[in-house]
Amino acid sequence: MQYSVKSNQCSVGCTPNTYSSMHNAYITLFEKKATTTFTAFKKLLLLLLIFTTSIGFAQFDIPEKPKFQTSVYDYINLLHPSQKDNLERKLVKYSDTTSTQIVVAIINSTNGEDINYLGAQWGEKWGIGQDNKDNGILILLAKNDRRIAINTGYGIEYLLTDALSKRIIERDIIPYFKQNNYFGGLNRGADAIFEVLNGEYKGSRQQNSSGEFPVGLVVMLLFIFFIILISISKNRRGGGGNRGNRTDGTSILDAIILSNMGRGSYRGSSGSSGWGSSGGGWSSGGGFGGGFGGGSFGGGGASGGW
Amino acid sequence: MKKFLPWIVVGILAIGLYSWGKGFNNTAVEHEANAKTAWSNVESAYQRRADLIPNLVSTVKGYAAHEKETLEGVIKARSEATKTTIDANNLTPETMAQFQQAQQGLTGALSKLLLTVERYPELKANQNFLELQSQLEGTENRINVERNRYNQIVNTYDIHIKKFPGSLLAGLFGFEEMPRYKSDPGSEKAPKVEF
Repeated sequence: MQYSVKSNQCSVGCTPNTYSSMHNAYITLFEKKATTTFTAFKKLLLLLLIFTTSIGFAQFDIPEKPKFQTSVYDYINLLHPSQKDNLERKLVKYSDTTSTQIVVAIINSTNGEDINYLGAQWGEKWGIGQDNKDNGILILLAKNDRRIAINTGYGIEYLLTDALSKRIIERDIIPYFKQNNYFGGLNRGADAIFEVLNGEYKGSRQQNSSGEFPVGLVVMLLFIFFIILISISKNRRGGGGNRGNRTDGTSILDAIILSNMGRGSYRGSSGSSGWGSSGGGWSSGGGFGGGFGGGSFGGGGASGGW
Repeated sequence: MKKFLPWIVVGILAIGLYSWGKGFNNTAVEHEANAKTAWSNVESAYQRRADLIPNLVSTVKGYAAHEKETLEGVIKARSEATKTTIDANNLTPETMAQFQQAQQGLTGALSKLLLTVERYPELKANQNFLELQSQLEGTENRINVERNRYNQIVNTYDIHIKKFPGSLLAGLFGFEEMPRYKSDPGSEKAPKVEF
């Protein structure tokens, strides 16, 4: 990922002295560019210099599949931690309700590789999305290349088509990027993708240990249920003809039911502000439940630059 | 006891040979099936490109009708390319070369068409054309990805059947080396579409 070539690296085992003389020769070469004729020696030096500086442009090595699998991988710390957290939570939440995994990866440069090609390999290697649905999306942002790509898994291609991906990049993401607002662009892009996908893949959240019964959740729900029962029966016993107390009881019930419902269904069109406050549920910040599911990528999607 | 000893040795050898042969055969069958699937993915990626072309041609026609020659070239190359398909059971270097040549013809005709389009600013601004262009880009990427994947899988298969001592069995069971998709000379890059 990084250019590992140091400025004093020399491929033919030469001492710093000879290097600096090489360097001087290189400089004078350019100063007298118009008049000097290239001798074979100088040509060789130039070639050597070009060669040593271009070692860095090797292929991009896709990072190993991370142990902790979540939605945002910012390898160059482009986003502010709170922004990253915000985006991460939002995407994990979306995966919770739909099982569609959207991953954002931010790198410096693809080292000359086609960003969509790299993205497809990357998504495949990490196995983003569920195995049988192939519903993974990888948004790859190469900051110094000034390019962004949306890569879609096989199971997403028919919804988020290449043309739609292109449109999202051009209309929703890049206007923000042009103002150097990377979070804004990614956030808006995620919303746009939600809008496209909405209503599809109404799925189950995978538990970390697959197939296990969510005991904790059931106990919690039972507990809440008993509290409601007790509060209602107390109201009835003590209240007699007091209607005011009774409506109090149902409003607690309403509130709990409503708050639970709020967790279950997702509407993607709202901005980010609503999400930060409603976080703190049992899933937020914990990465993808069950991790990447092994989805497959076939090279669908689009890319754009700014 | 001494009488039975040779028989026991022979029996053990037979069982060993059998399990070795079985293991080799089944792994080879698996790799071969994977390679065939990968090949059909390559073909369907190419098919996808061919399917885009009628739409593309009719869109371009609306703006640049007198580029008849180029348009006809694309149509001809397309029919040539769709005619040439390989049955996955018949993947030989020859059929592969044929397939590659036909597809390369289409690639060439397409990039020529996209170059002509440069002269028609109205067409370049057409929404329909822009969407087709992004679809075409995505398809070229798909082709690249699937081709690469096919080569990787064929590689595992070929290594499996070529390595000694498995190579002895490969001939016996009739496993043949599968051809790789070589990059076409000068066409490693997808047709560049500049805005």
